[in-house]
Amino acid sequence: MIINHPLLGPRDAQEFVYLGDARLIERPDGLAEGAAQALHDHVFLRDNPAGEHRELWFHEQGDRSWLVVTRNTLTHEITRVELARDVARAKGRSK
Amino acid sequence: MPDHSLKSVTPLGHDMPESVTVGPITIAEVTDIAMASVAARQGRIADVADAAQKIGVTLPEAGRHAAGTPCSAFWTGPEMWMVEAPFATHEDIVAALKPVFGDAASLTEQTDAWVRLRVSGADLPRLFERLCNVDLARSSAGDAIRTMIEHLGAFLLIRRPDEIDVISARSSAASLHHALAAAAKSAF
Repeated sequence: MIINHPLLGPRDAQEFVYLGDARLIERPDGLAEGAAQALHDHVFLRDNPAGEHRELWFHEQGDRSWLVVTRNTLTHEITRVELARDVARAKGRSK
Repeated sequence: MPDHSLKSVTPLGHDMPESVTVGPITIAEVTDIAMASVAARQGRIADVADAAQKIGVTLPEAGRHAAGTPCSAFWTGPEMWMVEAPFATHEDIVAALKPVFGDAASLTEQTDAWVRLRVSGADLPRLFERLCNVDLARSSAGDAIRTMIEHLGAFLLIRRPDEIDVISARSSAASLHHALAAAAKSAF
């Protein structure tokens, strides 16, 4: 599998480490009302779609950046690769 | 200052840098380059770029190496570079760079953490295609690529089509050297 790194171009998936669902970026506020339930859902509940899935990959043997990869879990086709930093900033996190 | 009379050794463990030749390939240990990592602090990327000009280098784009005098640099990650300088004049490289970068960047000494093997000879793609994923046929002089060689993380600095610096962890210098020499024997 080849991941088209936004900065470095196509790189072999061997260089990357998989973390999981990209929703891990959206960590809930631990001090807000109902935080226990929100954190429970954040940590334990995952969708397991047969199809398009947004997931976090780490370029460990490369520039060590985190990526959000949109991958089809049925075909392994990768349709989009973004820097996780840009995704998080677009959501107003990690200024 | 007490005189400890300590004897320095190269990453491969000898008094002087090693060099071996296998067919058309020469693998030479290089120990005269000091290195420090430079990571821009939040929002200070423009200041870091300006400071780099003062040490004679234009910070390179992603995946590239830029030569300069006295310092050179290669890209290691977003907003992060490795700065190289001659060991003879910059043995204490962080002390030399800190006044230039001030509080715009975080610096860490890297010189003693790495081994640098300079691989030179004709037809290097034939050697490196046995060692790593990098497609040398599609890369050009000035590329700085991080990849894996024999399960070791390594930077490849492509200085010229017939000269590549392989930079990897000093603690596994002998393993890297063995991998390069063995691949050279099998390829040529």
